[in-house]
Amino acid sequence: MLSAIEPTTSWYLILSAVLFGIGTVGVLVRRNPLVMFMCIELMLNAVNLSFVALATQLSNINGQVAVFFVMVVAAAEVVVGLGIIVSIMRRRTNATADDLSGLRG
Amino acid sequence: MLLANGLVGPSIPWTDIVPLLILLGGACFLLLVGSLVTTWPRHGYAWFTGATAAAALVANCVEWNNLQKEVGRSIIADAIFVDRFSVLGSITVLGAVIFTSILMSAYMQRSDEDGPELYALFLTAAFGAIVMLSANDLIVLFLGLEILSLSLYLLAASNRRREQSQEAGIKYFVLGGFASAFFLYGIALVYGSTGSTQLYVNTSTPQGIAQALGSQVAVSGNESLLLIGIGLLMIGLAFKVSAAPFHVWAPDVYEGAPTPVTAFMASVGKVAAFAALLRVLLVGLPQRVDDWRPVVFALAIATVFIGSIMAVVQTNVKRMLAYSSVSHAGFILVGVEAAAHMRGDGLASSMNYLAIYTVLVMGSFAIVLAMSGQQDADTALTDFRGLAKRRPALALAFSILLFAQAGVPFTSGFVAKFGIMKSAVDVGSYALAVATMVAAVIGAFLYLRIVVSMWLEEPDTSEPLNVAKPVAIVIVLSVAFTLIVGMFPDLLLDATRLVRFAPR
Repeated sequence: MLSAIEPTTSWYLILSAVLFGIGTVGVLVRRNPLVMFMCIELMLNAVNLSFVALATQLSNINGQVAVFFVMVVAAAEVVVGLGIIVSIMRRRTNATADDLSGLRG
Repeated sequence: MLLANGLVGPSIPWTDIVPLLILLGGACFLLLVGSLVTTWPRHGYAWFTGATAAAALVANCVEWNNLQKEVGRSIIADAIFVDRFSVLGSITVLGAVIFTSILMSAYMQRSDEDGPELYALFLTAAFGAIVMLSANDLIVLFLGLEILSLSLYLLAASNRRREQSQEAGIKYFVLGGFASAFFLYGIALVYGSTGSTQLYVNTSTPQGIAQALGSQVAVSGNESLLLIGIGLLMIGLAFKVSAAPFHVWAPDVYEGAPTPVTAFMASVGKVAAFAALLRVLLVGLPQRVDDWRPVVFALAIATVFIGSIMAVVQTNVKRMLAYSSVSHAGFILVGVEAAAHMRGDGLASSMNYLAIYTVLVMGSFAIVLAMSGQQDADTALTDFRGLAKRRPALALAFSILLFAQAGVPFTSGFVAKFGIMKSAVDVGSYALAVATMVAAVIGAFLYLRIVVSMWLEEPDTSEPLNVAKPVAIVIVLSVAFTLIVGMFPDLLLDATRLVRFAPR
């Protein structure tokens, strides 16, 4: 019976680790700044899932409160990140991370 | 229940957070009035920023004086500490803000695009840095880190006419966000295994991380969670202090960002991140010292060597200084390792190094700014050729600052490096002390290379080099500090010797 299986905290922790891993690989592999940026957001949200799961397990409100702060930070990051990306895109269309390699040494 | 009784917030001792309020108020004022009143006097924004930082600095000095009797206290429901450590860190950060605002006014004047936004960002960055170095709660620390980092991303990308500046901004943003996510995951896992995000709390309920770890007797399931968490926290902070192998962003970002911003990132970012690293490790996780000390050891060795060796092969002075700041981070990590032995004066010597390093970095980048033409160009090593024949005073000042970075006696750099070495030897970290001295010798080659090129080679051009007055002020002040502290080290050491964390 499928309904008899009760998801435990570790399920959520594993799911969150998998999501975090997908985000990490995405940042390292993808070459579009926007997609890399989305992957960072995925990583932050994976952490949010761990926070909620752990807070429920510990029956401690701190973790749930932390999630709100993380959401605010993620929103602020969107504003700043998109600002920088847009100002680059204005200068040249279709910029990928490989094009942005003027600085090296 | 909570709502029925009325939600009672923590009591806030407003006088203890005056420096933070001044910075925040100054930033808001600058943005609001700056957009309403369009004609400010010449250097008006810089004067206002400098004055705001100076006011916060005075408030911190008063606080330092008030802390004569007690070590410090934890305020706002144990969210932040006010102790000697945080006050000294704040003073360093605010000094850097004053220097940077002077440099920025010269930079902006040159390209005729003065505006209030960047100065406001300097103030919010300093706000974030001070929150970071006084935080007692990992979530508060994370917020401070983000306030600092978001301001720095924008500052790095702030020169819209220069493509390298934008590139620096996006690189710093992507890698910085990546590292922040690791740091946050570390917080979540440490929270999961200890049930708290607070580093140290004096009461038994709720417990802080230090208390929870102190009372736990071998909790098997949580151990791996905790160790992964500590590792992720250290990755996040190692990135922010640009410790190898997490330093790859530093040279690109330092080179691309506008020079005053580079000076600001190199000083304030590093002070805040090292202060956070020291506090998280020594106040929150002292019970796990045997787990994290080897990591700090390895980071320190890798950082001093990679920083020194990579600096030697660069051809751009800004990049050289970036790698030299990586190797300075390695030296401070040696101090962190010494502090981990829980005796000796590793903590004091690390803070001492940070304060001295901040002034050196300001002076060095001020000279790079004086040398560079429009839009940060002309910072290649060849542009420094024969500087002694064009502007002997500038060459002399740069030589003094470079010798100080190399650690030559009678300069402040010697005091800093000697303090770190002494504290490492005092606690028996001989291997680390010897390795870093070898790296320091390699690093000296870099500084000598610039000095030789300035004094012994012929200049390519005989164009007169005009140094703007604000830049000259910063150079003179930092050289004076370097020499005075080098000759009379007790002026600074008497203050840093008193640095303590509140719970100890």
